Amino acid sequence: MERVPILKIGQTLFVSIQIDLQDDTVMRLQEDLADELAATGARGVIIDITAVEIVDSFIGRMLSMIGSISRLFDADTVIVGMRPAVAITLTELGLPLTGVRTALNAEKGLEILNGKS
Amino acid sequence: MDEVQIQSGNDVVRVRQQVRVVAAQNGLSLVDQTKLVTAASELARNTLVHGGGGVAKIEAVKSGNGRAGVKLQFSDEGPGIADIDLALTDGWTTGSGLGLGLSGSRRLVDEFQLNSKPGAGTSVVVVKWSR
Repeated sequence: MERVPILKIGQTLFVSIQIDLQDDTVMRLQEDLADELAATGARGVIIDITAVEIVDSFIGRMLSMIGSISRLFDADTVIVGMRPAVAITLTELGLPLTGVRTALNAEKGLEILNGKS
Repeated sequence: MDEVQIQSGNDVVRVRQQVRVVAAQNGLSLVDQTKLVTAASELARNTLVHGGGGVAKIEAVKSGNGRAGVKLQFSDEGPGIADIDLALTDGWTTGSGLGLGLSGSRRLVDEFQLNSKPGAGTSVVVVKWSR
C-alpha cells in the first residue's frame, strides 16, 4: 500500500495527494494525520487535491472525517485545489463535504488558517 | 470489451483507470468522464465489499442515432439485494457509509439497470453517452 506524505511547515500540516487513492491509503492517511496532529500540536491541515481525478462517496467521507478528527486536536482542515469536474460530480453525487473548509489553492487555504479571511 | 476482475482495493483503482481510458477514447467530455469514473468507483467498491468480489466489463457502444457511449457492467455472485427500491434510496446503507453509492452513481450516468435476487448475486449495467 502506498502512503501519502505529511509535511509540517510552521503550525500547519500539508498533505498533497499525488496518487490514485485506494480506500486503504485514505484510511492510513487519516491515522497518520491524527498521529501527526497529536505529536506536533499543529493548528491547521491543508489537503491539496489538485491531482485527484475523482472523489467518490468513500473518499469524500474520509475527507470529512479528517476534518472532524482535526477539530478534536483544535486544528482546522482546508481542502484545496479541487478540479471543476470533481466539484460538479461531488454535487451531483449528493455528497456534503461537512467538517472541512475548501479554498481555491494552497495559498488561499493558508490565509484561511491564518485568519486573514 | 475489457474485463477487470475485482478482488481487492487495488482492482477498484484499476477499474477506474480503465474506465477513464475508454471514456476518453469515446468522446466523453472531461466532466462526463469524471462522472462515469466516479460511478464506476462506487459500483466497483460495492462489488468488492457487498458482493465479495466479481468482475467489471467495460465496453464502447453506439446508440441508434450514432452517438458514442461507454457501457459498464458489474457482476458478482454475492448475497444479492432483497429490496432493490430501498437499496436505491439516498442515505440507506447496510454499513457505515453514507448510503450514496448506488443512488449517487445512478444520478451520474444516463442509463442504470440493477438486477439482483437474494442468493443469486447482483448485476449493475450503466451507460454514459457522449453529448
